[in-house]
Amino acid sequence: MQQTTGFERDLAKAGANVRGRFGRMRFLTRRYPVGAIGLVIMLVLVFMAIFANQIMPHDPIRTFPRNALQPPSWDHWLGTDNLGRDVASRIILGARISITVGLAATALGVFLGVMLGLTSGFLGGKVDLVLQRLSDIIQALPSLILAMTLAAVMGPSLTNTVLAIAITKMPTIARVIRANTLALRAQPFVEAARATGMGELRIAIRHILPNTLAPLIVLASANVGSAILIEASLSFLGLGIPEPAPSWGKMLSQSAADYLRTAPWLVICPGIAISLAVFGSNLLGDAIRDILDPRQAGR
Amino acid sequence: MYMDANTVTAQHATPEQGDVVLRVEGLKTYFFTSMGIIKAVDDFSLTVRAGQTVAVVGESGCGKSMTALSIMRLIPDPPGRIVAGRIEMHGQNLLDLPESAMRKLRGNEASMIFQEPMTSLNPLMTIGQQICETVLLHEKVTRKQAMARAVEMLRLVKIPEPERRVREYPHQLSGGMRQRVMAAIALACRPKVLIADEPTTALDVTIQAQILALMQDLQTRLGTAVLMITHDLGVVAENAQHVIVMYGGRKVEEASVGDVFDMPLHPYTRGLMAAVPRLDKLGCAEHPARLQEIPGMVPALVNLPEGCTFAPRCPHATERCRAAYPPLVEHRPGHWAACWEAPQFMEQDHAAS
Repeated sequence: MQQTTGFERDLAKAGANVRGRFGRMRFLTRRYPVGAIGLVIMLVLVFMAIFANQIMPHDPIRTFPRNALQPPSWDHWLGTDNLGRDVASRIILGARISITVGLAATALGVFLGVMLGLTSGFLGGKVDLVLQRLSDIIQALPSLILAMTLAAVMGPSLTNTVLAIAITKMPTIARVIRANTLALRAQPFVEAARATGMGELRIAIRHILPNTLAPLIVLASANVGSAILIEASLSFLGLGIPEPAPSWGKMLSQSAADYLRTAPWLVICPGIAISLAVFGSNLLGDAIRDILDPRQAGR
Repeated sequence: MYMDANTVTAQHATPEQGDVVLRVEGLKTYFFTSMGIIKAVDDFSLTVRAGQTVAVVGESGCGKSMTALSIMRLIPDPPGRIVAGRIEMHGQNLLDLPESAMRKLRGNEASMIFQEPMTSLNPLMTIGQQICETVLLHEKVTRKQAMARAVEMLRLVKIPEPERRVREYPHQLSGGMRQRVMAAIALACRPKVLIADEPTTALDVTIQAQILALMQDLQTRLGTAVLMITHDLGVVAENAQHVIVMYGGRKVEEASVGDVFDMPLHPYTRGLMAAVPRLDKLGCAEHPARLQEIPGMVPALVNLPEGCTFAPRCPHATERCRAAYPPLVEHRPGHWAACWEAPQFMEQDHAAS
């Protein structure tokens, strides 16, 4: 049985061949070209992250002091750093860190935020009050400062970076989920579920949570870019991913002070990598929002 | 199509002697707000027998829905609370039951159909899943058996192609179809009592008739007792055997359908009846061309005045009405009304006929 959604009907009206994955893809690309660019950037980064070991031209960790500070060449596309490590290889492996942190921190942040928001909105009353004031406190601090403090307290490691970023993301997501839960709680179908004898926890999980998913997808995709940026900032400040793993932020901080004039590729390359990753995920997030938001459909 | 007392009595000559399924006595549901205590339901009693349809009638805001929610114990607390009374099902006072026992009862022994078929179903679950869910909550059956029951229920509520429809989502169904699904969910566990809170208000007239016919059919087939909450007197005349008129959270009149339509004793009931448009009586002296309305509004239920709550809107109100609330009195066998002036109305009506 072929299910057609409102969105597909819009596509068909616009004369697109909506049958088949490629027809739909082609239409979306034409309609959201900027989003397609974001998707391509993210796909390239994910590809780099997954197949880093296969595509790195050199060892990104071992140092070759004699090869230090080589400008870009055929052998070293993006030159080498002060310890003779291949910058291109380090950028490729760095993608793994950025993507991992970006996705893991977002996933964890969304999970925590959903738990908090759902509890807060569904229980209401004093629980809601306490949880909301707590997230007020978290939100009152700039997210980078908070992440820095958390990372500094917990010590630099991949897990702690993910945790620190997730905690800073949590309140925003909790807010959105709470607002949605409050609206959904008043829906007749929730009352109807109650009238069939369903317990409160089951109502929350079966009837309310799934109905908050649409805004959640948008929120999550928009948050990946900022998570990547916070990781880069933490690593830049020495509070993120420890040596010898190549984080883009750390590559930037190690070279920014000393080599901006003498070896500019050391600054420019990780800088561009960070910008592209954030740019790509934001473009993709915006496109997902536009596609899922029916109010945007007419444009 | 609207009421005609004689045919109504003839049609529903069912003896009122089935087993008592639901008995409500002296129910008081109050809401404690910053503005004061709102007496949403005040000293309300009713009895519903197996296979019987009892209608609760009144304007919006007079406590009908709150009565229904009180029986299911679904009053939002805070601010609402049932402060007094008994709600009895097979000799068991529901107000004594813990919440867990209440959950076992809801949807199983007593279930409810709501006013809004468009929003009373979860948009993200298929019709089948939603019927299954109720069955699985109350009965030890496998998912497959529950699904088979869902198909059977959809067939029972006369949805065409039930095997295909169980896999559809609410947005693929019309309002009437959704109300049928609601009925299917409510009846899936064969409840003893079905509370229908304005089941046809949101539907257009032809669909209303279909749904009501369906409910009657199901009632005779399953022997369910129905508590029908409505403001549509046409629905009452055609479907119920017993009527309770509510005003300001209190019962103002109670009788069999025949008696109420034959000789309404409370001016509020008279007002409600005069407000029903009747093409056959259009333009005659008793029913001028203009549609009759009851002047004024339903009172806010905070800090009600001493006397009769209807007095400010009543054309027959006297000093006594404004001074004291009239007791609910049996003015003729089986016909109760809470009005000081009721005996005068009876005399007038007898004199006229």
